[in-house]
Amino acid sequence: MTKLHLRANTFTLLQTVTSVGLSALAWVVTGVRPIWNGSQPSERQRIYFANHASHGDFILLSACLSEKVRARTHAVAAAEYWGKSRLRRYIAEDMLSSVLIHRQWTDEAQNPISIMLSVLDQGHSLILFPEGTRNTSDEKLLPFRSGLYNLSMARPEVELIPCWIENMSRVLPKGQFLPVPLLCRVVFGPAVTIAPGEARRAFLERARQTLLALNPRPDRDD
Amino acid sequence: MPPMHETMILVIGLVGVLTTASLVAGILSWRAPKPLSSTLVNLTQRINAWWVMVVAITVAFFFGRTGMTILFALISFAALREFVTLTHSRRSDHWVLLGMFGLIIPFQYWLVWTAWYGLFTIFIPVYCFLLMPAITALNGDTERFLERVSAQQWAVMISVYCVSHVPALLTLNVPGFEGRNLLLIAFLIITVQGSDVLQYIFGKLFGKHLLSPAVSPSKTWEGLVGGLAASSLLGALLSFLTPFSALQAAAVALVACLMGFLGGLVASAIKRDQGVKDWGHLIEGHGGMMDRADSLVFAAPVFFHTVRYFWTV
Repeated sequence: MTKLHLRANTFTLLQTVTSVGLSALAWVVTGVRPIWNGSQPSERQRIYFANHASHGDFILLSACLSEKVRARTHAVAAAEYWGKSRLRRYIAEDMLSSVLIHRQWTDEAQNPISIMLSVLDQGHSLILFPEGTRNTSDEKLLPFRSGLYNLSMARPEVELIPCWIENMSRVLPKGQFLPVPLLCRVVFGPAVTIAPGEARRAFLERARQTLLALNPRPDRDD
Repeated sequence: MPPMHETMILVIGLVGVLTTASLVAGILSWRAPKPLSSTLVNLTQRINAWWVMVVAITVAFFFGRTGMTILFALISFAALREFVTLTHSRRSDHWVLLGMFGLIIPFQYWLVWTAWYGLFTIFIPVYCFLLMPAITALNGDTERFLERVSAQQWAVMISVYCVSHVPALLTLNVPGFEGRNLLLIAFLIITVQGSDVLQYIFGKLFGKHLLSPAVSPSKTWEGLVGGLAASSLLGALLSFLTPFSALQAAAVALVACLMGFLGGLVASAIKRDQGVKDWGHLIEGHGGMMDRADSLVFAAPVFFHTVRYFWTV
């Protein structure tokens, strides 16, 4: 079993400072504002799933949650990337309190679903990017990977909230490290649930369409 | 430090006007059926935002040229952010966009602060105008090239160059008016922003004939004429702030407010073209910074050069 990184039910001092600092930075750079369009802010256990094009995505999404919710919400990140060096692992785990999973795994101890479930079983929420990687294609949203379906089958009581992150791919595109200040919004949509007997593919595509439908400016092509 | 006597009159006058507005809105909300109509909610939000804006400008006022330069640099930042968000850009524009925020804004306002008029007035229209598309061309991405380059040019001209003419008023040397230039800024802002409000009120009361229905559904001839007449009168009343006679003040205010009107019209056309109603969401009830500053953007350079041509040595 990989080390489970939730040492306590609350943030460490470092994590609190990082999270407050990054949220403030996100506001200064992007003026980020949440749009609750079909769901409401809540302390209940949730999986926030969002489109992914930038390292800034999860910072922006976190900045839209209350401090209390943020302390119990963890972004799921790729161990292949964030576990590559000690510095990256330190940033991801000790500062951002993310949960690292392996996209390619053989050892059962690395089973991403078990790792994510163990976080949920401590009552915490997750931020998940079901595309599985940062999207740099011309497609608005890549097909979803199965994690969302598997997690919801295993823990149906956890709400799945779609979150459309606007503009972040322009603020901090993949491969850049300095953000351009642009206004961003995060649109939180209605919870998605697996219908009785719904097949995995059908559900994933429906969840993807629900997320796509939140895009406030679908006509834009940048 | 601003001249205390006139500053006190201004502060008392503005606080008086805003207090009256807040009281009227409060009484209207108190007597109106609940839940409140969106018009009343918006009115209250707008007045509250005005309080914040007046306090921000007053604080900057007391810090003189440095305070004003910093305040308007921040306004440029907010306006530029809205402009760039709204217009088309591509991934290859990243460094040009970064340069607009990280180099052009600080450098232009540094020129204001050091009163380097010669470079202040050509840095953006000459050097940035030529170098920004050059960088974009060097990047090698020609997709919608002219559209992207034009949007960048417009963004820095409108949000940075034009806005920077407000604090640049402090660098003008008007004989017999030494140490009082802050009052010119107050005169410009109060007449132009006042004109926006007055045009709105006259339009609501008497508006019948739409001025440019394709661009804006709310601008009417009656609003424009009434608003301009009233704000010229306001300018004459405020002539004690300025080196102008009452008649001159009315004429200068008229020109500034007419430019302000055109600024609002152009801003509406841009928004309509981009398919949005507001520039952003920075100021509760007003929309974005550009929704509030569009008139000032067009008025400031013309006001600046009018004063510079006719009143400085």
